[in-house]
Amino acid sequence: MENILLLAHTETDGTLAKPALEALTAALALGGELTIGLVGATVQPAAGQVANAGAVRILAVCGDAFAAPRYATDAAAAEALARASGAALVLAPSTSRWARAIPGAAFRLNGRVDTHATNLAIRNEVPAVSRWFYRQRMEAVLTRAQRPWFVLLDAGCCEPWSGEPGAATVELLPLEVPATRTTVTGVQSPKAGEQTIRPDAKLLFVAGAGWTKKQSDGAVHGAEAEGLIRGFLRAANASLGSSKSLVDMSGEGEAVLNFMSHLNQIGQTGATPRHAKGLSTCCHGEEPHVVGWRFITQRRAVNLDANCGWARGKADVLYVADAFAVMRAVNRLMA
Amino acid sequence: MSIPFQIVVCGSIVPDPLQTLEPVTGSGAPSLKNEMMLPAVLDPWAGHALFEAAHLAAKTPGSKVWLVSLGPKAKLQQVMMMVAQKAPFELVALDGPASGFCDSFETAAALASAIEAIPGLDRARLLLFGGWESASRGAGSTLQMIGERLGIAEQFQGVDQLTVRDDGSLEILERIEGGQHQVSVCAAPPAALGWATGHLPEPRNNPQVGMANMRTIMPALQRSKPAPLPATGLCFASVSLPKQQRETRIVKDLSPEEIAREIVAWVKED
Repeated sequence: MENILLLAHTETDGTLAKPALEALTAALALGGELTIGLVGATVQPAAGQVANAGAVRILAVCGDAFAAPRYATDAAAAEALARASGAALVLAPSTSRWARAIPGAAFRLNGRVDTHATNLAIRNEVPAVSRWFYRQRMEAVLTRAQRPWFVLLDAGCCEPWSGEPGAATVELLPLEVPATRTTVTGVQSPKAGEQTIRPDAKLLFVAGAGWTKKQSDGAVHGAEAEGLIRGFLRAANASLGSSKSLVDMSGEGEAVLNFMSHLNQIGQTGATPRHAKGLSTCCHGEEPHVVGWRFITQRRAVNLDANCGWARGKADVLYVADAFAVMRAVNRLMA
Repeated sequence: MSIPFQIVVCGSIVPDPLQTLEPVTGSGAPSLKNEMMLPAVLDPWAGHALFEAAHLAAKTPGSKVWLVSLGPKAKLQQVMMMVAQKAPFELVALDGPASGFCDSFETAAALASAIEAIPGLDRARLLLFGGWESASRGAGSTLQMIGERLGIAEQFQGVDQLTVRDDGSLEILERIEGGQHQVSVCAAPPAALGWATGHLPEPRNNPQVGMANMRTIMPALQRSKPAPLPATGLCFASVSLPKQQRETRIVKDLSPEEIAREIVAWVKED
C-alpha cells in the first residue's frame, strides 16, 4: 500500500472535530504508512489526541494566519504538507474548509482530486473510491493512476477514530504566509436567530410547500405552521430540511416560513444530509424523497395523498393525514 | 466607488432533473443511456451564478458578463435558446462532453484556456463565477483549478451573497457547517466565487434580452473549438443505480392522535 497523508484542520480549541477522526479511521483501514498533517492556529492538542493512532509522523503548519478558513492560506498549507510527506494518497474530511482549498492544492502538485467520497477501500491491490454522481442518482467506484491523489471523505461514512491521547512529537513546517487580499471577519448565524440545521441530529424533519397552502378551511395558516415546525424541532432536537419549492417561494417574496432559507433545502441544488431518521411532511416531489433522502436510513412521511408516487416506495411508512393535525398532536405528546 | 467588473461565468448543461438516468458502461468512460436524447438544462448552481453575475453587472455600469460553457454543441444550442432570455451575456462555447464522468482537472484546463483567449478580458477586474458544484459530477473542484490556472488565489465556495462595498472591496458570505455563513472581505478583484443558491429568484424570460443574446450566441456556437477531455488515468470499476424501492406501509385509517403516538414512539426509540 502507498504512503498516506491525512490532512486535518484544528478547531478553535486546537483539537480535531469528528469528521477528521472519521477520515483517520478510513486512512488507517487502508493499511499504508500514515502521516498526519495538521493545520491551525495551534495543533498540539490535536497531535496529542491522535498520538496513539499509529502515524509514523505528525507534520504541522500552524500560526495565527492559519487559524481562519481561507483559500490562499489553506491551499498553501495543504500543498506544503503534501510535499513534505511525499504521500501518494492524501485523505481529508470533506469540511467546507477543505472542500474550498484542497482542489487547488491538488492542482499545484499536478495531482488529482475526488470529492464527496463515501468509501475508500483496497480493490485489486489499489485504492478505490466510491462516490455518487448526478446528485446521488448513481454510485461509482473509481481508481486513478495519477499521484498524488487527494480524496475528500464525506462526514458520517466511518466511525470516528477513538484512542487514548498521548504525547506527540510534531514536526512544524516553516511556511511563509502567502500574500492574500482576503480577511475573514466572522461567522453569521441564521437570520431567525435559531439554528435549524443540525448535522448531528438523529432526525431530519422535512417541510414541503403544503405547509403554506390553503387548508381545508380555505385559509393559509403560515403562522401556525411556523409554530408547529419550530416546536417540533426544539422538542425532538431535529434538523430542518425543506423542499426546493418552499424555499424558492421565500426568494420570490411570497408569505412563507420566515426561518426557512436555501440553506435548509435538500435535494436538487440543496444538501443530501445524513441522519438516522427522516420525517417528511407536506412534500410531494421527487427531489426531497429521492435525492435529499439518499442517506436517511429510516423514512416516514405525512401527507394527504395516499398515491404520492415519491413517498410510496421511498418511505418506510406513509401516513395519510393532515400534517397540521398530526404535528399538533405530536407536539402535545413531546412537550 | 464601483469599478466595472469583467464577470466570467463557467457553467455547463446537465440532464433535466426530472429525467430518469441510467448509466451505461462500456470499454471507455461510463455515460448515460440515450444521453444525447435527454432534455438538458443549464446546471442549476451555474444558473444561480449567471443570474447573480447579471444582477451585479446591471448594478455596476460598464460591467460585462461572459458565459463559458463546455458541452455538446447541439445540446448547448438547445439550452441557450432558453437561457438567453434570462440575462444578458456573451457566450464562449466549447464543443465537448458535459458528462458527469469527465474529470475536473481536464475540464478546468479546457475552460481556463477558453477564458484566457477571450479578447480584451481585463484580468485585474475579473470575477470568475460558477456553481460551487455541478448537478452532474458534483465535484466542487473545477472552479478552484480554473482559478489556479488563471493565477487567482482569492477563492470562495458556497457563496450566497456578494456585496460591493463603498471602497470597492467585496464582502462575501460562504456557506459553512451548521447552516452558518463565513463572512470575508476581499480587497479587490480578481476573485473566484463558486455560488450556492444566492438570494435571487430565477429571472423572468425577456424576449428582448433573448434577441440581443442570440445575435452573439449562434456565431459563438459556430466557432466553438473541440474539447475532447481525455480523462487519462481515471478508471471506473463500476457504476450502478441504487436499490431505491422500499416496502411502504400506507397508514390511512388512523386518527391524527394515533399517528402522533406512533411517530413519537418512533422518534424516541434508539
